[in-house]
Amino acid sequence: MSDKVLLDYGSGGRASQRLISDLFLKYLGNDELDRLNDAAVLNLSGRIAMSTDSFTVDPIFFPGGDIGSLAVHGTVNDVAMMGAVPRYITCGYIIEEGLPMADLERIVQSMGEAARHAGVKVVTGDTKVVPKGACDKIFINTTGIGEIIADPTPSGDAARVGDAVLVSGTMGDHGLTVLGTREGLDFEAKVQSDSAALNHLLVKLVRELPEVHVLRDPTRGGLATTLNEITKSSNVCCELTETSIPVRPEVKGGCSILGLDPLYLANEGKFICILPGEYADKALEIMRADPLGQDACRIGTMTDANPGKVVLVTQLGGKRLLGMLEGEQLPRIC
Amino acid sequence: MSFELLEKFRDPALCRKILDKMESELDRELRFMEVCGTHTVAIFQSGLRSLLPEKIVHLSGPGCPVCVTHESEVNAFLDLAGHENVILATFGDLMRVPGDKGRNLKKAVADGARVKVVYSPFDTLKLAKENPGDLVVFIGVGFETTAPTIAATMKMAREQGIDNLRILCFHKTVPTALDALLSDEAINIDGFILPGHVSAIIGVEPYEFIAENYAKSAVVTGFEPLDILQSLNQMIEWRNKGEAHVANNYTRIVGEHGNPKALEIMYEVFEPCDALWRGLGLIPGSGLEIRPEWESFDAKKQFGIEIKESPALPGCKCGDILKGVKQPDQCPLFGKACTPANPVGPCMVSTEGSCAAYYKYKLD
Repeated sequence: MSDKVLLDYGSGGRASQRLISDLFLKYLGNDELDRLNDAAVLNLSGRIAMSTDSFTVDPIFFPGGDIGSLAVHGTVNDVAMMGAVPRYITCGYIIEEGLPMADLERIVQSMGEAARHAGVKVVTGDTKVVPKGACDKIFINTTGIGEIIADPTPSGDAARVGDAVLVSGTMGDHGLTVLGTREGLDFEAKVQSDSAALNHLLVKLVRELPEVHVLRDPTRGGLATTLNEITKSSNVCCELTETSIPVRPEVKGGCSILGLDPLYLANEGKFICILPGEYADKALEIMRADPLGQDACRIGTMTDANPGKVVLVTQLGGKRLLGMLEGEQLPRIC
Repeated sequence: MSFELLEKFRDPALCRKILDKMESELDRELRFMEVCGTHTVAIFQSGLRSLLPEKIVHLSGPGCPVCVTHESEVNAFLDLAGHENVILATFGDLMRVPGDKGRNLKKAVADGARVKVVYSPFDTLKLAKENPGDLVVFIGVGFETTAPTIAATMKMAREQGIDNLRILCFHKTVPTALDALLSDEAINIDGFILPGHVSAIIGVEPYEFIAENYAKSAVVTGFEPLDILQSLNQMIEWRNKGEAHVANNYTRIVGEHGNPKALEIMYEVFEPCDALWRGLGLIPGSGLEIRPEWESFDAKKQFGIEIKESPALPGCKCGDILKGVKQPDQCPLFGKACTPANPVGPCMVSTEGSCAAYYKYKLD
């Protein structure tokens, strides 16, 4: 194969065949994908959760991950947040002409490893090559499908007064890493993306606990925006204790330099769990026993004080609104 | 400064002690204005706003650089966006500032304008080198905090022979605005929380007139809760003794004479001029313009840009809010016609504006 991706590779002819057999099947192959049929035949039963997401992250490689593993983690996590066991994913690649073949190989390899680790099979896919400038290096779409094992199914409108609000770990790592890498900012202490597949931990959680009301991964918009969505859907108030929200000191430091709030930054390996207060300790025990949930903690409680709002009790004991993010966060002048 | 040390300035027990002391010493309502937008946000973010004694009226002044950027200045940079062979370089918080006809830089980018968000004015040097066929125009908005860095960038550009960098200079200076504010008889302010970042450059002396000419107190203040509480407490004590002083409570960052080197660079490149402030109008001597010997950098001259007074926005009370005459929620447009998603007036435009802070953080 050429050392760069050429338009030929998207032609559907021999070059495309070579790309599929020498690259995609090499890293993503399994009994279903290897058949190269027009569609995958799946073996699923019961209630099914399905989710799709497109990944356009810039830069495509960042400390702690890359667009390939992120495309698997993002979709696997979205399916798992419904209390489902993710089983299969699809992937569609849109590649800019001229992308170094070595970069593409690194991405596909990383995607294969992420899928194996998450226990999902890539069962069908698509590749398009577009002229230089028509997209930014590479875009990946993934769709995931899985069997729901939680009953009732967790849902954003199911939070109730008295529920405990838990997070599985520190906030803002992914968002600050991607922003810092994109802008070439050198933070005093290195930060790293938390990109990870959370499905194994989530399956343990919903199997062992009878009633999990809400599971959400606070990706774009971060913790604050996600909790605002939940409080509005559920018509409850979320009262958070600022000092309980875990944020790494290096993330706090980077945010303070740039004038950003870590509670609005994206996470790709963390989840919010909202469940009746009496199950909070058990949930934390399960989460902390897993490497991906070691920093799990309770950050707040659902109340009836200000329905639809998220209220932050600050370190000083004052109260303020934690509103929804308006557009993207932008660094300020001073 | 390390986080461990900073944490000491957030000590809840110490803060409570000062809050209780303030409560016991206040015998009447006192009105304090924080000049800087970062203080406005710090007061809300830390939850101090909900803890301060009721007799303290907290006002936000004209210290948010985005808020005070005049609408005519905004229209000037929006006119330049999309101009052939122009790359606009800007700090991120100008991206959403609305101009006339609903324009803003975000929409300009969607229409094809080349706009680059930079983290430091020095980034424009690289941008100019990488785009030799284009003019890189940096939008110079802000106070004495940012002006010296822009002056240093211009000096470096000249040293490196970079001739395609221009500065659209809309800089303003803080003490002159405070003087204008205090000379307005409609205002009623007992003391000022003076800006930490600006004072790090200009020092404390330029504020002495506040006590000498107007018998009001003012304290240069850091951005942590204890910094703010100590300054308020100090001003209450002075008030009770019938005294007025200007003091520096942020000595870990601000020297008595500021940063002489930064000031020298700033005045080597810029000179004072009259400036239009959004909501406040024309304030003589309150702006900075590029000196004639540096005019090859001057985007206003290159593009023939004129900054003109324009009629006030109907219903908008931002002028009164920036002067401390009204609170944000006393404006009829607040939270209705004017929101962060669709800002009408300057105070709602910036994330550091007082109306935006009220809207974002205030619980009741």
